[in-house]
Amino acid sequence: MTARDEVLARIKAASATDVPAHAGKAEAGYRERGSRTGSDLMGLLAERLVDYRAQVRRTTAAGLEQEVSAALSERGARTIVVPPGLDLALPDGVDVTMDDGALGPAELDRFDGVVTRAALAIAETGTIILDGSAGQGRRAISLMPDYHLCIVDAGQVVELVPEAVALLATSAHRALTWISGPSATSDIELERVEGVHGPRTLEVIISMGSALLPCRGGPRER
Amino acid sequence: MTTFLGMPTAPRGVGHLRGDDPFPVAARRALGDSQLRRNLGKATSTIRAKRARVVSELPDWEELRSAGQAIKAATMRDLGRYLVQLEAAVQDRGGVVHWARDANEANAIVTRLTQAAGATEVVKVKSMATDEIGLNDALADAGIAAYETDLAELIVQLGHDRPSHILVPAIHRNRAEIRQIFLREMADADPALTDEPRALAEAARLHLRRKFMSATVGVSGANFAVAETGTLCVVESEGNGRMCLTLPQTLITVMGIEKVIPTWADLGVFLQLLPRSSTGERMNPYTSMWTGVTPGDGPQSVHLILLDNGRTAALADPAGRDALHCIRCSACLNVCPVYERTGGHAYGSVYPGPIGAVLSPQLTGIEDNPTLPYASSLCGACYDACPVKINIPELLVHLRARHVAESSRAGRVPSGEAIAMAAASWVMADPRRFRTAQRAGRAGRVISKGGKISALPPPLAGWTKARDAPEPPAQTFRQWWASRERS
Repeated sequence: MTARDEVLARIKAASATDVPAHAGKAEAGYRERGSRTGSDLMGLLAERLVDYRAQVRRTTAAGLEQEVSAALSERGARTIVVPPGLDLALPDGVDVTMDDGALGPAELDRFDGVVTRAALAIAETGTIILDGSAGQGRRAISLMPDYHLCIVDAGQVVELVPEAVALLATSAHRALTWISGPSATSDIELERVEGVHGPRTLEVIISMGSALLPCRGGPRER
Repeated sequence: MTTFLGMPTAPRGVGHLRGDDPFPVAARRALGDSQLRRNLGKATSTIRAKRARVVSELPDWEELRSAGQAIKAATMRDLGRYLVQLEAAVQDRGGVVHWARDANEANAIVTRLTQAAGATEVVKVKSMATDEIGLNDALADAGIAAYETDLAELIVQLGHDRPSHILVPAIHRNRAEIRQIFLREMADADPALTDEPRALAEAARLHLRRKFMSATVGVSGANFAVAETGTLCVVESEGNGRMCLTLPQTLITVMGIEKVIPTWADLGVFLQLLPRSSTGERMNPYTSMWTGVTPGDGPQSVHLILLDNGRTAALADPAGRDALHCIRCSACLNVCPVYERTGGHAYGSVYPGPIGAVLSPQLTGIEDNPTLPYASSLCGACYDACPVKINIPELLVHLRARHVAESSRAGRVPSGEAIAMAAASWVMADPRRFRTAQRAGRAGRVISKGGKISALPPPLAGWTKARDAPEPPAQTFRQWWASRERS
């Protein structure tokens, strides 16, 4: 008998029969849809990102390239790696390398930073999600450089975790990375320290996409 | 060892599910360590406050707990079907699935895969399953060095120590102790290293960075595995997980069979329950998900080992199987008055605290962990904190009863506590016997000091070995009630 057959036989003999089968669809009454929209939703995302020590900038689609330029210059980032499909003009004076999939970890480690887009963002938890598609790249490029500048479009923002999970159902087979603030540890006396192995600085630009939605300066007050 | 329906339990002689000493002995030793108690008290109170704050933010927390409980119960009902579905989905995407009856088999598979990859070292993501099966020891025996990359696991490994908490394995160490360990064990540590957590984390970053860049094999556990899609999920904070899951060419994941969840949508429940219960954050900094091999991104040789190691023995006990619902958040440890005072080492197993007290004895068979079901005051705080509503106090009582029944069946002499429990139920079942016993109990006033009895005479000595008994009152409740009716 193979280990597979034996473990499955044990399970068959041991399993419960007196409990309800999986409902398939959640009917447990937890929130599956958020109620916030527009600047209210963007404000929550910005507030929650800042609360977990990410840096946040807000701009319009028209001002995006200028905002990226300002962020890189304030950071002093001169060598940048970008994924294919970023679709963004980076400022003169920044040395930009497009990832060709061949750069090893040591080479990626030498860049000052990486600029990517995102697949989705969750406002309530201050989370950005990368799925490796165009403009986001393979996982290693947003992991090795010490600075990650991530552009989120207002249309990609949902309020709740179950909303994001539902939208990701069709890309479940992709390698997904959920990022909530810069890397951190609380392993020493439960004291939170930002910046261990992943990028020590995470900066998020929330782009309001169309100019229809009002844009406010900083994170919304609680 | 076999138990319910002849299901094999986790084998002896491998892994870390059994302690060297029974809980009362180990706990007494731990209680004598005032530094340990200070470290634990500070850490558990900090994390309790963080958890309470983020849980109170969610208006639907109780609904999420109920959903989590229902999903886990439904998973156990059709566990075999979901595992076969998971296996097919992983294989569809180019992953290789292995099955392991127990720790020895899982260790042998990891060793063989590492050797086949031509590697003599592996980098590890923090994983309870690989701690449980003693993977690092097995790899060392085969000449393979396993490097723990989670900061707390690194502290434990460099300190030649054992983990004492599910989430924060080095919770028993304070900053000064950690600094000493780093200076002693890290060849590249700066002698001027301070004990600031920021400086210590930076030292770990530098120490591990080269390892990450050169390792060819990564080993991980899994927090969740989605049957529907074949997706594995690891939640973490530091980025060491992302390093291990992304940079090596070969990735080997060891997962207990109970970690499977049926559908993709179920992640929407558990990715809210776990981080808030565990680190007390709205979301942990990094969550990685992968489905078999992702072409052009990360490891191109991906393996999944499905581990039993006593889980089917737990599954076979209808009153005990809820312990398998655990998502390893450690909230029950942080609220437990016993854990807060004894720490994790006293439990002997890698699974300490209330959940460990109900999980470890079921994985090993109760005869190998007979004192753990008694390592609780049954106060119920663990049940309230559990994100999937495992009724741990009820499980503890059930396992105590099983221990007494199995001991007497096997002709073994049960503990003084077990006898006392059995005797108490006989006495309390009959009003006349109870009245007589209560009157006799008042004799205890003779041997009490300051309202406490520290050592009862045999056969009750077993009871006071681990606790003080209160002085019996001068009058029993029943006597008082009778006198009240007369007047």
